[in-house]
Amino acid sequence: MSDYFTVFGLPRKLTVDGEVLQRRFYDLSRQHHPDFHQGADAAGQAEALAQSALINRAYRALRDPLTRVEYLIAVEEGREAREGAIDKPKAPRELLQEMLEVQEAIEEAKAQGLGGEAAERLRGERRRLEERHVAEAEAIVARSGEWDRLVDEGGDRKALLEWFKQRLATRAYFRTVIDDLSDALGEREESHVSHRRH
Amino acid sequence: MSRIVGIDLGTTNSLVAHVEGGIPRVIPDAEGRALLPSIVAWTPNGVVVGEAARRQLARNAARTVYSVKRLMGRGYEDVKDELPRLPFHVTPQAEVVSIRIGDRDITPPEVSAHVLRALKQRAEAHFGESVTQAVITVPAYFNDAQRQATKDAGRIAGLEVLRIVNEPTAAALAYGLQKLAEGIIAVYDLGGGTFDISILRVKDGVFEVLATNGNTHLGGDDFDQAMVDWLLADIKTRHRVDLSTDPEALQEIRLGAEAAKCRLSFDERTVLTIPFERFTYHRDIGRAELEALVEPLVATTLGPCRRALADAALRPDQADQVVLVGGSTRMPLVRRRVEELFGRPAHSRINPDEVVALGAAVQAQILAGGITDMLLLDVTPLSLGIETLGGIVSVLIPRNTTIPTLAKEYFTTSVDGQATVDLHVLQGERELAKDNRSLARFDLAGVDPMPAGMPKIEVTFLIDANGILQAQARELRTGKAASIEVKPTYGLTESQVEQMVEDSFTHAEADVNARLLIETQTEADTVINHVARALRQAGDIAAEDERARIEAALAALRAARVGTDRDEIRERTIALNQATAPLADRMMEAALKAAVTSKRADRLLENS
Repeated sequence: MSDYFTVFGLPRKLTVDGEVLQRRFYDLSRQHHPDFHQGADAAGQAEALAQSALINRAYRALRDPLTRVEYLIAVEEGREAREGAIDKPKAPRELLQEMLEVQEAIEEAKAQGLGGEAAERLRGERRRLEERHVAEAEAIVARSGEWDRLVDEGGDRKALLEWFKQRLATRAYFRTVIDDLSDALGEREESHVSHRRH
Repeated sequence: MSRIVGIDLGTTNSLVAHVEGGIPRVIPDAEGRALLPSIVAWTPNGVVVGEAARRQLARNAARTVYSVKRLMGRGYEDVKDELPRLPFHVTPQAEVVSIRIGDRDITPPEVSAHVLRALKQRAEAHFGESVTQAVITVPAYFNDAQRQATKDAGRIAGLEVLRIVNEPTAAALAYGLQKLAEGIIAVYDLGGGTFDISILRVKDGVFEVLATNGNTHLGGDDFDQAMVDWLLADIKTRHRVDLSTDPEALQEIRLGAEAAKCRLSFDERTVLTIPFERFTYHRDIGRAELEALVEPLVATTLGPCRRALADAALRPDQADQVVLVGGSTRMPLVRRRVEELFGRPAHSRINPDEVVALGAAVQAQILAGGITDMLLLDVTPLSLGIETLGGIVSVLIPRNTTIPTLAKEYFTTSVDGQATVDLHVLQGERELAKDNRSLARFDLAGVDPMPAGMPKIEVTFLIDANGILQAQARELRTGKAASIEVKPTYGLTESQVEQMVEDSFTHAEADVNARLLIETQTEADTVINHVARALRQAGDIAAEDERARIEAALAALRAARVGTDRDEIRERTIALNQATAPLADRMMEAALKAAVTSKRADRLLENS
């Protein structure tokens, strides 16, 4: 299978012109969308369906700078990409102590009931983690250019790839804890599907 | 390719439309009416649909089915709370609820098929040729089972459903065709029974849905119900009767409430009058009272709006346009709340009752190859996942993914020699399988006997452009296609649909006859009423023998009307019309003369 970058005729790099990508997505959709193959035979319709599904998934993976990094890791490692398929996030070691404290706070709040003070504390923790969740994304995207330079220069990209993976795992872990906090507060909205566009 | 029509199969009303000379138009019935009430009644003479069925609501309450869209693709658990309010009997089956009419159990797709068939016939009468292909709209937030049920209804009605289109998206297409949409468009669609919000980016003829959300169980019906409960309490206080268990009275109250609600969209106050057997109920209602009743319901639409915006990664003020769709958006309160949320005026430049059908016609024209510069990219409203160990859902396709889309997943066996693998497929946003909507159970069969963990079965989950799941499986080591037996949790099996298609042919002729009879009877009633009134008001300008002739013809029609001989009724109607023609001419003449001498001509003409 061709990778998602080649679907749009793009090099396997992280800097992508959003306008160009969108235009190519629209152009390809006009060619392959099932709406325009209604008169085709069964095989032709199945082909349009498969092509269109590929284009849609490729666009979804590449349109956002962060999902682009996730997808890149998958192809670099030769895995078939599936959204959200990154291994269940384990707590990064340097965060263990801190996260244990958050979990304790949750347990405590549960045991003593969510009084005003306990709830406020959990909300404060959540706010702090949400900021770090955003900061992780920014830090990851900020090094996209560095990756592209390494590609151009033929440099060793292993270390950066590993760094990307770790930061993504950290970010995913923040998300899990944020959700745990929301659950404990009884303020969880439908959110188990991660919103990669944020 | 033959003509493809666009159909809006609504909770309260349905419409059929097509594109003619590049312009989408609603196809009216013989009387010029665009809306067909989505009501089906089983009468002693057969099945009737639309206006004729609406008249059966109060007098034939147990056999007159309305708002069946709310039951489409639903199981007993989903709807049990509202069943006590329905005047017809719903059979409590877990998988597919059905409605008991006499000794038959009729499923919601079969009821909807009657509505679709009426629209099909309307289109056929309009074109003078048969119509066999259609695009049908559904609420964007409809799940797989509800979409499939709609497709089944089309098939039972003898229509090949080429595409299921989401209602708010269809509305955007109608606006887009008229170049009324560009940029970020929020479509707020509150109909009779369902609510959708869709956020689209419209650019260069591409209609890209960014996110959608909604509630398939919220609409004008619920507003009516809130009013009914309130009126029942008021009647109890003022007249000391409890009408909550009287199905016919309930229907009268519901119809009265609905009409009053509509009037209050334009007037500040209205008077509701319902004549019952022992007393007549009068109630003066102000708009503020209605708004207090429905405010909590309207408020529940705002959460989905915020979630859709969040999924589209947009703030409310980034919408360039807010479009209102669906009859319930005529309520000033709804408009106010939407405008507050988005911080800009909302509009409904195209008739909110018709815009969805017009958009369906546009999509039909795209499929027919008649429009090539517009492209619709829609999304799946709900996440699709499979149940894993411990009852946790693993998401394969997240909500708001552009469709068509596919996901592959790999499975293996846990016991040596295991020949089948079971999968549980779900839709929804919750973490635990039990909290989501069960879609189907897949039995992957024909796995070659191998030690546990050896087989590698690849299952491809594909959501097509209709938002409906298709699945394929193959064992990668042998390359053999594994067979999938799909057991839909809610919905009809293939063979059940086949049977219903067959049955519909058997009943079709009887149904047509019943409809024609009722139409003829209705026409006779109209003529009888007109003539009786004319004789009362203008009998003095009729000569005595003329008057006797008219009265004889009137008596003859009245006698025929009681029976079921359609030809007889029709002949007597024509005879009565002929007998009164000279009198009608003279009345018109008198009215015109009066117009010269009196300012009251308008009233005379109106009464003649």
